[in-house]
Amino acid sequence: MARIIVVTSGKGGVGKTTTSAAFAMGLAMKGYRTAVIDFDVGLRNLDLVMGCERRVVYDFVNVLNGEATLHQALIRDKRRDNLFILPASQTRDKESLTKEGVERVLNELAETHEYIVCDSPAGIEKGATLAMYFADDALVVTNPEVSSVRDSDRMLGILASKSRRAELGVEPIKEYLLLTRYSPERVRLGEMLSVEDVQEILSMHLLGVIPESKSVLGASNAGTPVILDEKSDAGQAYGDIVRRYLGEQVPHRFVEENKKGLLKRLFGG
Amino acid sequence: MGLLDYFRSRSPATTSASVAKERLQILVAHERAQRNKPDYLPKLQRELLEVVRKYVQVAEDAITVTMEEDGDREILELNIILPDEPDPKVKTKARRR
Ligand SMILES: Nc1ncnc2c1ncn2[C@@H]1O[C@H](COP(=O)(O)OP(=O)(O)OP(=O)(O)O)[C@@H](O)[C@H]1O
Ligand SMILES: [Mg+2]
Repeated sequence: MARIIVVTSGKGGVGKTTTSAAFAMGLAMKGYRTAVIDFDVGLRNLDLVMGCERRVVYDFVNVLNGEATLHQALIRDKRRDNLFILPASQTRDKESLTKEGVERVLNELAETHEYIVCDSPAGIEKGATLAMYFADDALVVTNPEVSSVRDSDRMLGILASKSRRAELGVEPIKEYLLLTRYSPERVRLGEMLSVEDVQEILSMHLLGVIPESKSVLGASNAGTPVILDEKSDAGQAYGDIVRRYLGEQVPHRFVEENKKGLLKRLFGG
Repeated sequence: MGLLDYFRSRSPATTSASVAKERLQILVAHERAQRNKPDYLPKLQRELLEVVRKYVQVAEDAITVTMEEDGDREILELNIILPDEPDPKVKTKARRR
């Protein structure tokens, strides 16, 4: 039986695809057989971030329409043989996305995988609501910025009421806050909401903080999930998050400015 | 209190982040209250308006229906503003456990 994780946000461009790629890779690096699905039908991008864009033959919609088998459409990662990518279609309309179809694909994936990561599109349309419908866990990707926080709260409402778990009346989806593009310096200057502020407003369990980092752009340029860049702050932060998700006690990092910055400020160096 | 908090606490009382936080707290509380309302409220409001209008010509926006939680009970509050009456407000409260 697989655990289904949706990476969601409401607001666009906050880092869902970056997170989906890093998180799925992180789970695979921990030895779990993992699949990551791009639910952004019509605007496929996960393939680029994962670096498998030239190996896409069939996509999620082909599988939903019965034009290809799941086996034919899944792309095995070149770096980890226990990681599989199911790309979104580039052109096809969203008509093929139905609850029954998605359930069938997830059930089939669940037979052979331990984790299924669903990269949700932005918004509250069908793609997004279906990506979260079957979830067991939700990573709510949020930027420390008013519209992102508000939209995350709206997603919490939808997660709590319009999911399979809610409809069955079983244990609700576990919600984890993932604060991304965080800048401790701007927080100190009073320009940016702090992690405590966001947690207080959303009252959610904090899975982790991903700093604003140049390494993220570099990683997507190269088609390498940023978690593989172990020297980078964002890569390390995603590594921590995967370990924390899996139950390890890992202290939060990248929430405060580094010590060098502090000494510099104290001594004006 | 860490050294960083010390620096943080010295920043002026109203930073742009603190304004953002306050606005969000108000907005999120409001939107959460809306969210827990049953879906039938708008329809109920429309139908009530039709019924009231059989007897009194009230304005389109003269009726408001709100649902509030008060401890273990929910209160459905119906507010009708009647035109040019000595007592302009008729207030009805329905309670349920
Ligand atoms: N921690 C970070 N530091 C710097 N840049 C980041 C960070 N996270 C994401 N980005 C950048 O933000 C942009 C949007 O990221 P991404 O595509 O992951 O967001 P998304 O939520 O999937 O967007 P969409 O809603 O369009 O699907 C990208 O250019 C990405 O490189
Ligand atoms: Mg995306």
